[in-house]
Amino acid sequence: MLEFQNVTFRYDDEPDNIIENLSFHVGHGEFVSLIGVSGCGKSTIFRLTNRLLTPDSGTILVDGAPLPCSPRRKRASGHAASTSLGSTGTPKQKSAAPLPQVGYMPQKDLLFAWRTVEKNLWLPMELRHLPKDEMRRRTDAVLNEAGLAQYKNKYPKDLSGGMRQRISFARTLLTDAKLMLLDEPFSALDSLTRMAMQEWLLTQWAHFHKTILFITHDVEEALFLSQKIFVVTKRPIRRLEVIDVPAGFPRSRNMLKQPEMIELKESLIDRLRKQVTIG
Amino acid sequence: MKKNLPALILVFILLIIWQMGAMGLDAAYILPSPVQILVRLWELRVPLFTVHLPATMGVTALGLAISIALGLFLAILMDLSTVARKALYPIIIASQTIPTTAIAPLFVLWFGYGIWSKVLVTILITFFPITITVFDGFKSTKREMEELLISYGAGKKDIFIKLKLPTALPSFFSAIKMAIPMSIIGAAIGEWLGAQSGLGYFSRRMMTQLDGAGVFAPIVLLSAVAMIIVAVISILEKICVKWRQEL
Repeated sequence: MLEFQNVTFRYDDEPDNIIENLSFHVGHGEFVSLIGVSGCGKSTIFRLTNRLLTPDSGTILVDGAPLPCSPRRKRASGHAASTSLGSTGTPKQKSAAPLPQVGYMPQKDLLFAWRTVEKNLWLPMELRHLPKDEMRRRTDAVLNEAGLAQYKNKYPKDLSGGMRQRISFARTLLTDAKLMLLDEPFSALDSLTRMAMQEWLLTQWAHFHKTILFITHDVEEALFLSQKIFVVTKRPIRRLEVIDVPAGFPRSRNMLKQPEMIELKESLIDRLRKQVTIG
Repeated sequence: MKKNLPALILVFILLIIWQMGAMGLDAAYILPSPVQILVRLWELRVPLFTVHLPATMGVTALGLAISIALGLFLAILMDLSTVARKALYPIIIASQTIPTTAIAPLFVLWFGYGIWSKVLVTILITFFPITITVFDGFKSTKREMEELLISYGAGKKDIFIKLKLPTALPSFFSAIKMAIPMSIIGAAIGEWLGAQSGLGYFSRRMMTQLDGAGVFAPIVLLSAVAMIIVAVISILEKICVKWRQEL
């Protein structure tokens, strides 16, 4: 589903490559977590995949097809960098705008405050110029599936953090992309909401048959959710260590208590902790 | 209404002090009392409401409309083009250092006593806050939201319509609310300097006649009108920007 082939990338304002000759592969329908300490370049992998950044060399394949070249933008590692977005980037044609190959769900829910839940969900479809009744029908379907039908006409300000993340996930679903990139979607939630959201996400994944690449720095979250864990060990990223999670689906919290899971968790935490430098 | 109560009480107390002070001084040509002003306002109601208020409102409306159009145009232009921003921004800021009241007589010289000299003064005072506030509104767009839209396949136009315009809407309303009193002041200054009608002109004429209450009456009227229009815009804002938590 997603394949990196010898990808190298460097931010313009940094001397060293952040990703160097990296290759990895995510299979169809897999749930893969990407873990590593903050600033290790996990998000860069995402930004390369959703075409916000372009690799200096190498190829990224999504669903077997290489990503079309995106415009080179000013690239600075800091998020505050000013953007002057090139107008040459996205194809201009009115009809049949191409399907985004990748559905990206950012860390913050980024719901548009001036749109109701329903209109927020329309966003990715509006940009593909789908007819209104189709948008309406599909929004209703997704909201029902996600158990959010009663929130259709609410504004984001009236929703709780967990609810907003669920809407944000539903919005990502409606991009129709088969590959979904979830960037620490639950990191801002309290731990109880977070656990509920993890379980909810697994049921959604089972239902919609998507491929999910999930960034987190929470080892337990990665173990609970995913089939495979990619561990980012150092900068520059040359390889991802692949760990198969020794548990099947459907998951339950009890599986985390099995000896091999505990052992895996301890060893992962131990290794990640060594990379954390304070001050 | 309840939250404004302390302010209303204070205003009332100040008015009473003013009333007593004016009665003690007993020189209406220097300091007319509030009651005298209201009485004068009533006596002058026919010329004030049928001739001078419409004249001033005409200048204000025309000046404000042009200022809004110009301000929006400049803000959008500066947002879309870095070159335009670099070229225009310093000039727009610099235009505010021009002492408007000092160069306003020039406008009279150039455009005569007609409506355009006054409209120009109004525009010069008003377009700046509109331009800057709306421009800042566009700039307050979250970069992450822009990236999200790009990941959905949005182009520059989509980003502008779906993200930047709604983000800037509250700023736009703030700009209008700020601009209304300023445009009225601008119109009044314009009329002060040279006009045949208008509340500014009327106020000045009353001064030459040492009619203190007559100077104040049109000013009271101007303030009241400004407050009413701002209140109307606030209601409109509440209808248009209902997604905001508090207003």
